[in-house]
Amino acid sequence: MIGNANNIEAEIIGLLARKVPASISVTPQTSIVGGLGLDSVAILDFIMDLEDRFDISIPLDRVAEVQTVSELSQAIEALKRTAG
Amino acid sequence: MALFSKFGDVRTALDLLASDGRSPFDVRFDRIISATEAVLESRPCLLFGTNNYLGLTFDETCIAAAAKSVHENGTGTTGSRIANGTYCDHALLERRIAEFYGKRAAMIFTTGYQANLGLISTIAGREDQLLIDADSHASIYDACKLSTAEVIRFRHNDPEDLARRLQRLKDRPGNRIIVTEGIFSMLGDSAPLKEIVAVKRELGATLVVDEAHSLGTRGKKGRGVCEEAGVENDVDFVVGTFSKSLGAIGGFAVSDVPDFDLLRILCRPYMFTASLPPAVVGSVTAALSRLSTDASLGARVRLNSAKLYRALALAGFELGPEPNAIIAIKMPDTGTAVRFWNRLIDRGVYANLALPPATPGSLSLIRCSVSAAHTEAQIDTALSVIVSVGRELRVLDSDPEEAPVLRTGSLLT
Repeated sequence: MIGNANNIEAEIIGLLARKVPASISVTPQTSIVGGLGLDSVAILDFIMDLEDRFDISIPLDRVAEVQTVSELSQAIEALKRTAG
Repeated sequence: MALFSKFGDVRTALDLLASDGRSPFDVRFDRIISATEAVLESRPCLLFGTNNYLGLTFDETCIAAAAKSVHENGTGTTGSRIANGTYCDHALLERRIAEFYGKRAAMIFTTGYQANLGLISTIAGREDQLLIDADSHASIYDACKLSTAEVIRFRHNDPEDLARRLQRLKDRPGNRIIVTEGIFSMLGDSAPLKEIVAVKRELGATLVVDEAHSLGTRGKKGRGVCEEAGVENDVDFVVGTFSKSLGAIGGFAVSDVPDFDLLRILCRPYMFTASLPPAVVGSVTAALSRLSTDASLGARVRLNSAKLYRALALAGFELGPEPNAIIAIKMPDTGTAVRFWNRLIDRGVYANLALPPATPGSLSLIRCSVSAAHTEAQIDTALSVIVSVGRELRVLDSDPEEAPVLRTGSLLT
């Protein structure tokens, strides 16, 4: 079930919503770097939470390629597939 | 200018920081009087934010060695270590550092930043994986950017988390390289090296420890947290700096790994920059000798650190987790931190202002560093100023009438 991209995306949105002010609406198109008011370290710490949640490691170069919530979800799905 | 329009947010943040008084990024000392005193804005100022842990910047033997070197060998080498920039004194300093650590080989770099940048980016190849502590210094993060290896962060000072991340890599080709620090530069906490070494042994990895802030301040012989934890034989590379306890500038890496010398022609931040100038090599060699032969330096910085840490904790400040030469005072928010920092300077105490994203957990900190050269009176004065500003800005809520007597001298007796 977690392997489903939509579920991963929904989970990321749910976790992010707890990190940012209620006034910020988080959607699949939300930019993680510019759209949430989180600094670079806070974003990396959030990525770490996702790594624990999905039991994968997301290398920093993969994080750097990701712009939106949707892209992050796709990256996690791909890493989960690779991890088997 | 369109080119700089992407920095608009930075300009806004910088202007906001400076609007409370002086710019935290543009402090100019009129004169440095000693390892612990300066003149700033035409007023005397106590230095509690300089990383000058052993107070050797004005040590007579170090100054004499620097002067002798500059007279004998000139102001600069004007070349790289692999061209014309290696003098007998560079080689001598490398031998001395290797002897100090009891390791086979040492390399010196032009800055501590370059030591991390060079060593880590070179030893980690395309098939390898770097596992770095999440709170690592910027030089370690930048080394990761320069490296072609995959980079994974593990939770700060969490060996179990490190083990989980290593386990996930178990079927992958390549070498795992763990990078951590003896003492972390923002909160002054130290790494659980015994436990990290146990993980390394169990799951197989190379271990790099940056002892920038622990050289001279920890360990009986001043070799840092690796020495204190008794794990030196399990640490494959120790990295450090000359710009803190040794009072100058430069960096180094030591190791027993065979073929370590190959790094001299593989490591770009070592090869493509000018080598350390003779005066620096001279003073660092003398400072290392002072550290090796005078155990009281390390003992004094630890005693002074413990005094200030305990007194600040007793006053009610929220501090980093352990008493080291770096003492971080947690501020409730960035605005208070900036005001606090300005008022300390107004009253003649210089400490560092540390703000997110340079800090872990988005903390705003007043970061003090303690020196072996601080006198008890200087520590008492700084303490009194810090507590007084803490009360004014309501970082401390205790009533001054009821507050305990905060003379540091009474705390250890």
